[in-house]
Parts: sequence; structure tokens; C-alpha cells
Amino acid sequence: MQADEVRHIAHLARLAIDETAIADYARELSAILDLVAQMNRIDTTGIEPLANPLDQVQRLRPDEVTATDQRSLYQQQAPQTEQGLYLVPKVID
Amino acid sequence: MQWETVIGLEIHAQLATRSKIFSGSATTYGAPPNTQADAIDLGLPGVLPVLNAEAVRMAVCLGLAIQADIAPRCVFARKNYFYPDLPKGYQISQYEQPIVSNGRLEIEWDEGQRKTIGITRAHLEEDAGKSLHEDFHGLTGIDLNRAGTPLLEIVSEPDLRSAREAIAYMKQLHQLVRYLGISDGNMQEGSFRCDANVSVRPSGQTRFGTRTEIKNLNSFRFVEQAIDFEVERQISVLESGGSIIQETRLFDPARGETRSMRGKEEAHDYRYFPDPDLLPVVLDAAFIEAVRERLPELPDIRRQRFISEHGLSPADATQLTAQRAWADYYETVIQSLDARAAKLIANWMLGELAALLNRCDLEISASPISSEQLAGLLRRLQDGTLSGNLAKEVFEALSHSDDDADSIIEQRGLQQVSDTAAIEQALDAILAAHPEQVEQYRAGKTKVKGFFVGQVMKAFKGKANPQTINALLDRKLSP
Repeated sequence: MQADEVRHIAHLARLAIDETAIADYARELSAILDLVAQMNRIDTTGIEPLANPLDQVQRLRPDEVTATDQRSLYQQQAPQTEQGLYLVPKVID
Repeated sequence: MQWETVIGLEIHAQLATRSKIFSGSATTYGAPPNTQADAIDLGLPGVLPVLNAEAVRMAVCLGLAIQADIAPRCVFARKNYFYPDLPKGYQISQYEQPIVSNGRLEIEWDEGQRKTIGITRAHLEEDAGKSLHEDFHGLTGIDLNRAGTPLLEIVSEPDLRSAREAIAYMKQLHQLVRYLGISDGNMQEGSFRCDANVSVRPSGQTRFGTRTEIKNLNSFRFVEQAIDFEVERQISVLESGGSIIQETRLFDPARGETRSMRGKEEAHDYRYFPDPDLLPVVLDAAFIEAVRERLPELPDIRRQRFISEHGLSPADATQLTAQRAWADYYETVIQSLDARAAKLIANWMLGELAALLNRCDLEISASPISSEQLAGLLRRLQDGTLSGNLAKEVFEALSHSDDDADSIIEQRGLQQVSDTAAIEQALDAILAAHPEQVEQYRAGKTKVKGFFVGQVMKAFKGKANPQTINALLDRKLSP
């Protein structure tokens, strides 16, 4: 993995990374990708893809409103709120 | 050069569940900000989404109605992108294994042009929250009430060849989701919105041109305007030797044009992967059959039945089946009358009733005149108790009353007089009192007939049966 790809992925996840650490990230991420590549070489012909390691299926919930309004509790941990809204740095649309 | 337009639509229909797709928060529209967003919707650590059974049922319902394949097993995936109204940093959606695939919908436009549009897939996903960019001293306000609201994204094949076809398809689908009761289809509130993929190619070429995607169109008119503009734009770019860039564009309704959303392209790197918080959804045949059994009669089939069983005109049948509530109302009325009343019912529903609802700005579900009341009124019109004019008076009275038509006729003494003997007696007296006019009539001045009808009506305060009067007059005045 190249430095540019590291910068791209970090940007997509909005992670601020230290320029000096990029080479290390590139090496470590490459090692992970190598491991994946190694697994990719295994012959999986005829094996059904596994979406989840648990041998179970999704439980369904009845369509009922069970949550109550706890806005003031949740907003205690928000850095800034106003008129019930969470405030965040301006995003350009 | 002749160009051919190619359009595919992605339609997001908000599902009409009470609670969200993965949490027990309410989905009521217009609640105060963030009062319907719980720990799961906020993406707080340690929470676990649990799938809403009703959302699954609704997706299957649509799948069956468009004759699609229902996946016996489907999987949820994370679609990763960064935006403040998406607190988890990913949207739970479906990618490789959607719940519905390979469906079709027949559309009709421009009087009788018909075509079948392929539907590639329909998948379940959660909606994001809402960003409010104004008035927060340089900051953006986030309301997460909508976060986690269930959506069904319905993706068509690139089978549409004009804005008109696209609108016809969108309207047909809009009607269908409301018929099925799986979405309220309210476009102002964003319950039914559309992204359009548009490209052009020289006529006869089989390879598709490069397409652009126009985002978030929330009215039929905007879809039409945006597509028409985009087609013209692409043709002029190509004809002047340029090439189309694959990009996302935004429609500006104020200017009637589409604009590039520069810089958003890299966000298309969504890095989908199966969501480890959700297990595969397995639907057995019994579940699917149970949904099938509860499917309502679909609008097209119902329309055909109204034509073949009741003898309605195609135009009336189309109007009466456009909304399920109207068709249901019509059926209740006709059940208490009979098929011979079909035309009469259609006339009154599409005439007087539609006008009344329009005046009061009401949906038919809140009609001031119930289907039983209208049936009672039309029964008296059919059996001659009421004339057309008297029926209108009773109709007006019914709109302010819970009484049935018979009570109102009784209270107001509105019965039409069809008693031949009584009318004949009155007519004889009138003829005797106006020998001059009788002479005129016999001399060929047939207009005088109207004078006699008027005199009889006057004698009965407008309630005499006009057919009876005319029949009697013809007999008595014939030479």
C-alpha cells in the first residue's frame, strides 16, 4: 500500500493522521492486506459465503414503539446543542 | 444526429412502520428534534440493531406485487461514508444480497402506450438524519429523528426512454406502494423521493452513454424538469465535441437546472461489507405465502374488473382506482346497490363528491359523506324518489349531517311526486285554464310544452317527476 492510499482512506474516515506516521501505516496495512491475499488463495469452490460466524439467523422484532424520549440524557454528553439539535462544525453541501 | 435518452430511477420509499427499522423509536413525522432518536439511532457504543419484522413484511409485499424474486436469505451490509447526520459513520443497507430482485412493473402513458419496466432490485436500508445549515452561528444543527427510519430503495433497469416514461413509472410505483399500504408516499415530507440516472446515446447504438446521477428529486414535476434539462445539456456537450463526466448532479428547482456536486465523487468509495451486528435474514415459504394471502387486489386488476364486471368506462375506472381509498369507497357503495348503478356512482363520486372534498380540502377517508350515506342517496335517485335536483339538495344536507338520506328526505319533505293520478289531476286543471296555449301547441308551436311543465312543477313546488309530466302531456296534447 502506498502513502497516497493511506491518505485517501484516512480522509474517507475523516481521521487526522501524522504525516510522519504514514510510512508505518502503509507497512502495517500492507501486512494485513497480505494476510487477506493469502486467505484469498485458498480454494473455496463450492463453499457458501459466510456472512456471519454465528450459526443463527436474524431474530425479528415486532413493530412496536418501545423507546421513550431521552433527549436531555443523550445531549448531556454532546459538546454543543441548541433548540434540541446537536451542533457540529459546518459541513459544506 | 438523433439521440436516444436512457433513464433508470432509484426510488426511496419510506416504509409506514410505527417504529424504526432497527430500534424501538417512533417514526412520527414532525416531532421536536431528537426526541425520536434513541441510543441505537445515535450510534452509541455497545448497542445492537434488531430488525423490524414489519419492514421485512412490507418489502416482501412490494416484491410480490412486482412479481419479483424474494430472497430466501438476505444480508445487511454497511455502506461507509462520513457525514454528521450519519452518526455511526455507515448506513446499514443491503448490497450483494437484497431482499427483492428481478421484478417488473407495467406502465401506461400518453393514452394507451404500454411498456414493462424491469426492476433490478429493492433493498431495505435505514434513512439518515437531517442537517440544518442555517441560523446556528456558523455551525450545523443535526436532527436525528429521521435516522433509522426504514426505507425501501427500488432500483429500475435502464429501461426508460423519456422523461414522460420516467414520470409514468414513478407514478405507477407511487400508486402501488400506497395501495399496498407500505408507504404513505407523502412527497412533501420526503416519504417518496427519487434519484435519476440519465444518459444519452446516438439512436441505434446499443452501448450505453456515460451517465450522470441527479439526486433527491421530491416531486413528479422536478423529475421531469431535471431529466429534460439534463438530456439537453448532455446532447449539447456531446454535439460540441465534449464528453460527459460520470458525476452526481443536484437539481435546482428555482433555476430549473442541474449542477455538478463537485468533490462528492470520492465519497462513492463506500467500502461495503456485511454488517457483523446483523445475522442473515431467512424467510421461509410459509412467511412469504402469508404475506401473499394478505395482498390487496392490485390497481390494474381492480381497474379491469370495474370495467368488465360493472361496465364502467376505462376513464372512470382509471380515476376510481387511482387511490385505494376511492376504489374501496366505490365498492362499498356498489355493494349496497347493484352493478347497474356503476355509472351513476362514478358520476356522483367523480363529480359532486370530488368537488365537495376539494372544497373542504379533505381526503376521501375523512369524507363528510360516508359511503353508506351516498349509497342511500343514490338508491332514492335510482328508484325515482328523488329527481337530480332534489338529490343534489339531499347531498348538500348529508354533508352536514350523520343522518341517512331517507331521514333527510323525510325531514324536508323532498320526495319527488310520481303519483300519476295526482299529476294528471293538476295537469287537467292547468290545461283547462289555458285553452289559448293548448291551441298554440296544437298549431305546431311545441315550445309551449315547457310552459305546461313549468306550471305543473309550480303546483308541486318543484317536486313533480318530470318524466311523468312529459308522458302525460304527450298523451293529452296529441291531436
